[in-house]
Amino acid sequence: MQEETFPTFTESCLISVTVNGNLYEREVPVRMLLSDFLRHELHLTGTHVGCEHGVCGCCTVLLNGEPVRSCLMLAVQTDEMALTTIEGLAGTNSEMHPIQQAFREKHGLQCGFCTPGIIMSVHAMLHDNPNPTEEEIRHGLSGNLCRCTGYQNIVEAVKLAAERLREPQAEVD
Amino acid sequence: MATRWFGAPVQRTEDPRLLRGKGTYVDDIDLPEMLHAAVLRSPHAHARILNIDTSAALSLPGVHAVYTAADLGNVLEPSPLLVPHHALTQPRTQLPLAAEEVRYVGEAVAFVVADSRYIAEDALDLIEVEYEPLPVIHNLEVASAENAPLVHSDVPHNVAAHLVQVVGEPDRVFADAPHVIKEPFYMERGAAMPMEGRGIVARWEGHTGTLTCWISTQGPIPIRNGLAAIFALPEHKVHVIAPDVGGGFGTKIMMFYPEEILAPFAAIHLGRPVKWIEDRRENFVSSNQERGQYHEVEYAFDDRGTLLAIRDKFLHDTGAYTPYGIIVPIITACSLPGPYRLKNYYSEFTVLYTNKVPVSPYRGAGRPHAVFVMERIMDRIARELHIDRLAVRERNFIQPDEFPWDVGLVYQDGGPTKYDSGNYQAGLDKLKVMLDYENFPKMQEEARKQGRYLGIGVGYYVEGTSIGPYEGAHVRVESDGRVFVSTGVTTQGQAHYTTFAQIVADQLGVRPEDIMVTTGDSQAFYWGMGTYASRAATVAGSAAYLAAVKVREKAKQVAADLFEASPDDIELANGKVFVKDAPHRSLTLGQVAISANPLRYSYGENARKLMSMKLAGPRPGPALPQERGGPGLEATEFYSPPHASFASGVHGAIIEVDPKTGMVSFVKYAAVHDCGRVINPVVVEGQVHGGVAQGIGGAFFERLVYNEEGQIINASFMDYLLPTAAEVPTITVDHVETPSPLNPLGMKGAGEAGVIPVPALFASALDDALSPFGLRVREMPLHPCRVYELLKEAQQKSA
Amino acid sequence: MKPPRFQYSAPRMLDEALVLLEQHADDTKVLAGGQSLIPLLNMRLASPAYLVDINHISELHYIESEDGYLAIGATVRQAQVERSPLVQQEHPLLREVIRHIGHAQIRSRGTVVGSIAHADPAAELPALLTCLNGEVALESTHGERVLKAEEFFTGYLSTAIEAGEMVSEVRFPWIPPQAGWAFLEFARRAGDYALAGAAAVLTPGLDDRCLTAHIAYLGISGAPVRARQVEQVLIGSTLDEQTLDQAAELARELVSEDMEDVHATVDYRRTLTAELTRRVLTAAWARREH
Repeated sequence: MQEETFPTFTESCLISVTVNGNLYEREVPVRMLLSDFLRHELHLTGTHVGCEHGVCGCCTVLLNGEPVRSCLMLAVQTDEMALTTIEGLAGTNSEMHPIQQAFREKHGLQCGFCTPGIIMSVHAMLHDNPNPTEEEIRHGLSGNLCRCTGYQNIVEAVKLAAERLREPQAEVD
Repeated sequence: MATRWFGAPVQRTEDPRLLRGKGTYVDDIDLPEMLHAAVLRSPHAHARILNIDTSAALSLPGVHAVYTAADLGNVLEPSPLLVPHHALTQPRTQLPLAAEEVRYVGEAVAFVVADSRYIAEDALDLIEVEYEPLPVIHNLEVASAENAPLVHSDVPHNVAAHLVQVVGEPDRVFADAPHVIKEPFYMERGAAMPMEGRGIVARWEGHTGTLTCWISTQGPIPIRNGLAAIFALPEHKVHVIAPDVGGGFGTKIMMFYPEEILAPFAAIHLGRPVKWIEDRRENFVSSNQERGQYHEVEYAFDDRGTLLAIRDKFLHDTGAYTPYGIIVPIITACSLPGPYRLKNYYSEFTVLYTNKVPVSPYRGAGRPHAVFVMERIMDRIARELHIDRLAVRERNFIQPDEFPWDVGLVYQDGGPTKYDSGNYQAGLDKLKVMLDYENFPKMQEEARKQGRYLGIGVGYYVEGTSIGPYEGAHVRVESDGRVFVSTGVTTQGQAHYTTFAQIVADQLGVRPEDIMVTTGDSQAFYWGMGTYASRAATVAGSAAYLAAVKVREKAKQVAADLFEASPDDIELANGKVFVKDAPHRSLTLGQVAISANPLRYSYGENARKLMSMKLAGPRPGPALPQERGGPGLEATEFYSPPHASFASGVHGAIIEVDPKTGMVSFVKYAAVHDCGRVINPVVVEGQVHGGVAQGIGGAFFERLVYNEEGQIINASFMDYLLPTAAEVPTITVDHVETPSPLNPLGMKGAGEAGVIPVPALFASALDDALSPFGLRVREMPLHPCRVYELLKEAQQKSA
Repeated sequence: MKPPRFQYSAPRMLDEALVLLEQHADDTKVLAGGQSLIPLLNMRLASPAYLVDINHISELHYIESEDGYLAIGATVRQAQVERSPLVQQEHPLLREVIRHIGHAQIRSRGTVVGSIAHADPAAELPALLTCLNGEVALESTHGERVLKAEEFFTGYLSTAIEAGEMVSEVRFPWIPPQAGWAFLEFARRAGDYALAGAAAVLTPGLDDRCLTAHIAYLGISGAPVRARQVEQVLIGSTLDEQTLDQAAELARELVSEDMEDVHATVDYRRTLTAELTRRVLTAAWARREH
């Protein structure tokens, strides 16, 4: 979207966005939400939609490393940006990311619907604060709703993940 | 037989898939040529529909169809009444699209199908409906008033049902009782709010005449049966699948929701798959809700605090329709006695229609109300007699040697409310230790000196679970030794893929991860009900157990023949089937499965190995004798419980209240839980945690606020407040185990338990914290503003 | 809940944006962080025919120390201000306030100027700006104008922005080094819009009595409320119990009669406001240099 000509109003745009390391070029309607773009254009259905008004956090993805609610972004706004979704978290081998592994070990999920959004938020949280207290964890999770677990095992999973990520050989991003 | 997997905290088989974002929820399904639907919903709580003009919507590019009631032909029938009851004399269920009248904000009026959901919503804005508003019956008070306006013009006094049940001789006992108190109690609506809303993808294949529906539902088999009837299709041509479901909590059991009929209708009519996904705003106004009841209770007790009799008259708000019969108030009536000896009990309830979203069970399903009433009674008795609140309860407990205990009422399954086993004192003893109950008064006093108000509250419940009529399971060993299990129940996070595998693994000597469990697919298993009422693990689990035992017996038979040994000498362990004390005489389970299928050919590594082994040849006669009971290692069994089994539990919490602001925080939360023998303790604890969080939501954060026009004024997550990780405390859980004698594994249900006692204990803790002000909480849910108001009232009264 | 149709443009230069805003001035909205606008679009509570996305305008992306105030350009994210070493050192009250906004995911995208321009009565930044007597710079094809906070916020979700105008910069005045400051809000859950909140800045004189006082409230009226009557009571005092009581009582009366909602009656809000006043003033005074 370079241009020497004066910008005009359009109803669709060509965007170029990198998701999980892969470059996608697509013409999208300007009103298409990022969440719908990821799920239905790119078929990355791991990011879920729970409310479409920015409260539940199920749709959380990483935009240039920062957690954002994909239901509150238009797909066209991600032109020339890099996104990471849950599908991009585990490496190219079959091993799960330490955060995913910790959630499994601590029974940090039940129906799994909020889980991808929570894991992406946790990823960003631990990046900013590698050694959080329980209170910081709970506060950091308050932007993601879970209806199944009561959060307890999620908190335990985050503690375990933080511990593992602090270990010297943990080299995942 | 010693169990290795039953009772073990096995990690879930389903997790890697879900953690990687590889789950398949209904909205993840994208089919070629698929179209998208949106529903036009009534903005009025009560109105006549005078005219619907869909012409502008139809001419919007990208719109394929706009249906109203007039287009539905003979599909325009009220949806089936689930669970009829003799007392439900005026049942009413919804039409798939409202024809002449709308009765709640959110009722479906038109169904648009378009190229995308975006366009479908654009089309909604173009449909013009002419309404003539009618009087709105917006709460129980209005509904029950003399000369009240009517929700249904042919239902006098808005009364859908009226049921009186009497146990013993309450009138006589009241007449002689030393103490009688009368009090009102009031609970208002909340909603399940699963993170995934409802949804359906319907596909019609004209050339095979097959209808396939993926639905975010708790009961695909009944839906299959219903759709077959509605669309006049053979049952085997209708395939209903519940894929991964993002939470149910009861709200996804109700059928039929209109969209479950409309999407197939459109798919058949248009010849293209149709997807409808409920958005959150719709979820507030079209997914069933629960919790509205008003009780007037009289209770009689003696000087020692023994409960003598109760008279409970209550009104139950069923909303605009009765899709699920009167299950919820029946459960309330039956759950009221709880863990206490109550031999004289008068229960009367009236179910009233209101112009609000219809009511069907939400986790707890009437039990939170009953427990709230009974536990408030216990607290008041204690206060009146200056006895410790827990001592009063203990005095009234049913003792362990008094089981089975017949409450004397008919339960929601039509069977007796007969407690099979329990040990209520044991639960309370554990809880007291967990809360350090004995030392709390000192803690409270210290805090008060510092101007801080701490309180402790406890709530005990007995929960009827594991009702019939039945569930079934099919177990089959495949040639590679892995085991396929299917059942008619569904899964919304309860780990059935793991827990059922644990049960079967014990019988067949394999690991749970070698067992592939399928739930929620009407073609993978034909018969069943679904997952609700805390029944799936017990009822379907028992069926899985019975089927696995059969398969085990068969494996032993087949191996015995091959090894020329007695079946009693055959054992199954570590994936092998072998002769006891002669482990070199062994086959893999897969090889036994192959041998059990007398074909002229077989494939794979296992088969090749078999060929080279020295085993007994086949006997003379049929290759597959009658007594074998069929080829292969498979069995289908059903379990039908004689009646419900009764789980129980007691929770307690220490809270801190700021009397200036009415704000409350949890200092400590403990839960003791008895669901009989536990398949997987981590799973059960997770269920308790989740239930408690919903209970805390229902006690102090979540309230659905309807105005006088029947509009929900807080229909979004910004104003309907679900607790976050910052509001839910750490919950310590302990167990008591009183096995149920009613099923082979001694299990009882666990799914709803966590939510049930929370409103009761919260009220108890608030009263305790604010006892200097003489507070007596009689309503739920609360919020800080209301706590502040109640406190002011209490202070003014004592002044 | 999908947005209605609109036309979209993402200019890279401010003057391009201004021309675009002018074209259909009455039916155009600015898209910055989108954390307030997109929910409205998704719920179809707003349906502008045109959206001008300003996120690519690099000349609006700055946090600058100016004479008398901290200037923040229109595309700066709340998270960026939260992390900015300049802000951490020079304007800790601003940082403290931002940390109360929503959740990390909101702050990743939400802009400081966007929150100001949206003017939700329960939002934190408008109250802070009002407390500090800050300013808002507005641009249009006709030029620039600067408004004081109290001129800018006119009521519930309303500001003095005219058709064709956009906010290009917000200016948070510096706090004197000896001043004590505090921000406090009552909310139901972590990150919720507040039921009531206040920002306070108190400067002690040489006699360690209150020399100047600034206090502004959020959530008690359509626009943020600068409580001058409360300030008057504080000046010359030592913030003793009696003064705090007086201040609290005065603050009660500032709660507007129409501030009743699902979470709070007017009476309850008044009680919260009184309690809030005591606590925020106590906290601010404790932070002063003395």
